[in-house]
Order: sequence, then structure tokens, then C-alpha cells
Amino acid sequence: MALIKDGAAVSDPFFNAAGQVVIPAAGPVIVSLEQWLAHLSALFARRSPIGIRLRSDQHPEVIADDLDHFAVIALEVPAFRDGRPYSYARLLRERWGYRGELRAVGDVLPDQLHFMHRAGFNAFELQGADPVQEWAAAAAEFSVWYQATGDGRLPARLLRIPPWAAGDRSG
Amino acid sequence: MYRYDEFDHTLVAERIAQFRRQVQRRLNGELNEEQFQPLRLLNGLYLQLHAYMLRINVPYGTLSSRQMRKLAQLARRYDRGFGHFTTRQNLQLHWTRLDQAPDMMAELAAVEMTTIQSSGNCVRNITADQYAGRTREEVADPRPWCELIRQWSLLHPEFSYLPRKFKIAVTGSPGDRAAVRVHDIGLHLHRTERGELGFEVIVGGGLGRTPVIGRTIRRFLPAADLLAYLEAILRVYNLGGRRDNIHKARIKIQVNAVGAEKFRELVEEEWQQIRTTPLLRVPPEEIERINAYFAPPAYDELPDRSAELARLGRQQPAFGRWLATNLAAHKVPGYAIVNIPLKAPGRTPGDATAEQMEAVATLAEQYSGGEIRVSHRQNLVLVDVRQSDLNAFWQELDHLGLATPNVGLITDIIACPGLDYCKLANARSIPVATAIGERFADTARQAGIGRLNINISGCVNACGHHHVGHIGILGVEKNGQEFYQLTLGGSSDQNTSLGERLGPGLAAGDVPAAVEAIVARYLAIRRDGEEFLETCRRTGIEPFKAAVYGEKRAEESGPVKELA
Repeated sequence: MALIKDGAAVSDPFFNAAGQVVIPAAGPVIVSLEQWLAHLSALFARRSPIGIRLRSDQHPEVIADDLDHFAVIALEVPAFRDGRPYSYARLLRERWGYRGELRAVGDVLPDQLHFMHRAGFNAFELQGADPVQEWAAAAAEFSVWYQATGDGRLPARLLRIPPWAAGDRSG
Repeated sequence: MYRYDEFDHTLVAERIAQFRRQVQRRLNGELNEEQFQPLRLLNGLYLQLHAYMLRINVPYGTLSSRQMRKLAQLARRYDRGFGHFTTRQNLQLHWTRLDQAPDMMAELAAVEMTTIQSSGNCVRNITADQYAGRTREEVADPRPWCELIRQWSLLHPEFSYLPRKFKIAVTGSPGDRAAVRVHDIGLHLHRTERGELGFEVIVGGGLGRTPVIGRTIRRFLPAADLLAYLEAILRVYNLGGRRDNIHKARIKIQVNAVGAEKFRELVEEEWQQIRTTPLLRVPPEEIERINAYFAPPAYDELPDRSAELARLGRQQPAFGRWLATNLAAHKVPGYAIVNIPLKAPGRTPGDATAEQMEAVATLAEQYSGGEIRVSHRQNLVLVDVRQSDLNAFWQELDHLGLATPNVGLITDIIACPGLDYCKLANARSIPVATAIGERFADTARQAGIGRLNINISGCVNACGHHHVGHIGILGVEKNGQEFYQLTLGGSSDQNTSLGERLGPGLAAGDVPAAVEAIVARYLAIRRDGEEFLETCRRTGIEPFKAAVYGEKRAEESGPVKELA
């Protein structure tokens, strides 16, 4: 398994403590929501970066006030068909302004990467043999979109308007 | 009609290239069937009993002659020379091959058509009134709004993996021909007294194994807010719809579980968060841009020829019957809307041969501006025929076997493909439809019976909309045998109702006689001018129950053989 972040293969500095009995005393860790809620003060006191890992039935609004504390938010994709992480990602980025690493973990297939990226994910745990290539291919799959998301890319509708007629684009 | 520009073409081409690679990975074993299935479904490719079925979107049921010719060509080149028009205004080709699917999609793209999202757990083809833009009663043409929704929903990065499929229908008429109350979202165009255009928003309707009539969650949504409101509904559903049980995953289950009022609150709350998002607001210039594609043709000033036609109809009774049943009133004097039923006796409802498709394409060019509509009752419609051309047009249709005067009558049957094709079906639909069609083939007799819709589904998934048939027929399987349950009193118009079950299931061979008994009872008890549905609503199902099962009503659950 490899971690692709912002288009490059990186080594994961975080220890995944979610589901572990003991959270390591030092170093970057990713904890579960249950661990986060149970050990809030201890986790606040740590000097190393903290990440949180949410299941797809855990709505990130429960941590919406704590986002500044997280270097990573990892959203589980339990199955290809589970579309909830896409909505969570958009809410985290567009509504609550989360700017840290947003990582897709679990059953992440290359066929999903493009939409995930558009929804706001910038890191992916991939299983394939050549994840960098998988990512590059997925990122290039589409060059036109009908919808605007928080990624700033313009929908086709705005590109259609010729520059001389564009006028006020805020409408 | 809407026309693609470079952006639309690029997007579809990129999607086909992506699917071509996915098919390649499947064919060389990189993907197993379990992994491949959701990918192919998102592109309209089903694996049925005998072959792959490709479902082609006909957005809001509007086709050009050029597109219709392409469908005919595909049917001939890649299939067995015919296609099946469905209750969602789509065309299905039932005998296709996996390795050829990307080529078929590329051919479709050349005429600005796609199969994208015609299946899968995503927003499906947006459907509309088949007479859109042509009736006097209409508030506004729903199709520009359908096109706006089509683009917004196509390859949506957030809503491509919903809990279950999602169907949206739009109507602009008080008389609802788009069945908006039995869709996941139904939109009904209204105009305020000040002339402002907007939508009544209906949510949570649907048929399937749990039929539900949709609830209005907003009486009036300003048109510019449409996409933000849809995005709010879809987000509430994407996050809150059930994913643990495929049979309980539709939005109607969520609406029922939380209650329509609470659901409305959730949507409104979400909407308040996003309604001012600039890119979700529909600016007037975008609506104008899309509207321009749907501008009606330049009509000539013609006299109304109804009286003359009526006279001609008396001289040529076959023409007269066709005029009486297959036409609808056009908003412009001197023009008519003409229905072309795909329901000739002995034929599978909704099926059209490649030759018929090509012939209709040519007739549409000759008589009706080169545009064809598909209705959710599985018929074709030409919407701009001059009254002065009707007699010549009728003769041409008659030669093609497309002038059966039965639109809205008892043999204008909706039927799903059923067990003849479909992996989900429990029973066959087509033979039941053709048997009823043959039994009531006498057109004068049909006209005497009047408006009566029979809808047939081969399983509880209800693709044949049996719950909303005036007479609904549902195929079920019991101990390896097919039985058919009848329901009465369903309707999908502006007074939507779900049919009530008449009694125990019948053997296939007994269904036509049961329908006959129901019709005989209706004719015996109807009041002056009363249509079947009205009689049924007045009397309830009891008289019909007695007619089918005998006066001592059979309450036992097993199939009943003897018929009154």
C-alpha cells in the first residue's frame, strides 16, 4: 500500500493508532473518533501532529469545531458504492474551511480518484502496483466539468461565455 | 433541441475513453465482475439473461431525426434490428456485446447522445411531459430545466455513488403527463401572479416494491434556486439514505422514516447554507442560452381545420378513429400533436424495428420539423404536424403499421421486458401484454370502452409501473409457476393514486378473461360519460372483485381458476 499526496508518493509519517489499544506516547498519530473523544486533553497536550480517522457512518460535523487540531483527516471508504465520503470532503473543505491533509483510506480504487480529488481529497491510500501512474491517469481523465466544487475549477457554463460577453461572473 | 458544444463533446469523449479502458481491464482480467459491475452500470450497461443490454438516454424524451436514425443503425449493426422504448423515455438494446459497447457509445456521442448514468446509483435520465412546449395549458416548457438538471447531475463529483438510483421528472402542465408524483424528485413548474417562474418540489415518490406517492416539500421554489435546492436534497439523501439494505435505500424510505416535515427541515437547513453560492445560482443568461435551443419553430398562420377533418373522418372511418384517439390539441391553430403508438396487436409494447425508427425519422422531417418525442407510455410523438397534412400522414403511418388507433385505450399497454429478457423478473410481461392486445384488437370496441391504461410489470421492481395502471398487472412466481396479481384504480396523472389489489394471483392464461370480466362489469355499471378510472374510484374494487372471482369472494390465498 502506498500513500499518494498532492500527486506524489510519500512515506506516511503518521502511526495509525485507530483501533489500537494504546496510543504511542510520542510522534505523529492518527486516532479514531472514539479515541479523540476519550483522550481529548492528553491529545491536546501532545507536541506532534495529530490526525483523526472517521468511519463513513461518522459525520465529520462532530469535529467541525476542532479542525485546527488536525494535520490529517482520514475518511474511510468502506466500499466503492459508499458515496458519503464525497459529501464529507466537500463539507470539510467548503463549509468548515479545513485546509490540512484530507486522506481517502480503505477500498479506494483508481476509478474514484478524480471525483474524490474534486470533492476535496488530496491524499489517497492506494493498493495498486504503480500508484503514482494510477493517480496521474485518474487526474487526467477529465478536463471539463459541469459542476463547481471547492477546488476552484470553473464549470463548463462559465467557460462557454465568451470573454467579451462575460461581464459580471458573480451571478 | 439542445446542441453540444466543444465542452459537452469533450466531456462525453473523455468519459467514453475512461470506460473503454475499464472494459479493457475487465477483458484482460484486471477487474473481476464484482469490481466491474458498478463501473459498467454507471455507463448504462446491464448484464441480462442472455446478453448485455445497453440503455441509451433520450433526455426528456426528445430526439432529432438524425438521432433516431443513429439508434436504428445501432440496432441493426450491434443488435438484432430492433430496440425497446422504456417508461423512462429511454431506448434499450437487449442483445449487445461488452467489447462493442465503447464503440456504440462513441457512435452515440457523434449524434450527441449518451448512455452515461442510464443506470447505477446516481441521477438517471431526466424525464418530462412528452408534449412539452406544445400545449396551451402549459406554464413553461420543462425541457430547458431538464437540460440544466442533466448537466448539473452528469458526472457529479459528489453524487455519483448515492444509496440507490435517483429519478427526476419535470412537468410544466397542470395535467401531469410526466408522473412527477412517483419520482424521487418531481418538479412542477408554476408561475406566480407577478409572473415569476418557479417549481413545486415533490420528494420521495416511487414505485418498486414499496410504492409511495411523493410529498410536496416546497410549494414554490424560485427558478434561480433550483440547482442549490436539488444539491441540498441530494446531500441530505447521500448522507442520510440507508445503505445497509438495497430494498430500503431509495429516498422515499428516508422521507417516510424521518417524516416529510422533518425531511423538509433538513433540506431547507442545508439549502440555507448553500443557496447564495454563486455557482449554484442559475443566472438568467444561462437560462436564456438553454431556452434558445428549445424555441418552437416558426409556425405559419393557418386556419383551424377541425371541422373539415371531422367530415373527412366520417367519410373514412379508419381515419376518423385515428383522429379521435391518437391526436392531441396543439397550442397553435392549424397544427396537431400526433401520437404514434408502438402497440400494434401482437407486438411487444415499446418495441420498434430499425425500419420503423428510420421511417419515423423521415416522416418527422417531412411533417414535423425533424423532432420526435418518446412518451413514458412507450409511444412516439410528433408534435408539430399541420392539420392539412394529417390525412396523408396517417396513410403513411398506416402502411408502416404505426397507425393503430389505440392511444390511451385498453391495448395501449405499458409493459417491462419481463422474464423474456430481465434477470430480475419473476414472470413474463410481454406474452400477457400481447394476449390482452389481441383479445381487444377490435378498434371500435376499444373506443367504446374508452380511456383505460393497463400497466404490466414482471416483478415487484415495477418497471412497468403497475401500481399506477388503471388496471395494474404484477407478475409473481410461486413454486416455479408464474402468477399475476391485478390491481385497480391506479393513476400517475395529477391525481396520482396507487392501485388496490383485487385478489389472489391468476395464471397467465386467465389474465385476458379477467380483464374482459372487469371491462364487462365497468360497461354495465358506468354512468354517463364516466371513464373506467372514475367508475373505479366511485365504486371501489368490490364490483370488479365479484366479476373476476365470483360473487362468493374467494379470500383464500391460492390461485383461483374459475372466472366469472
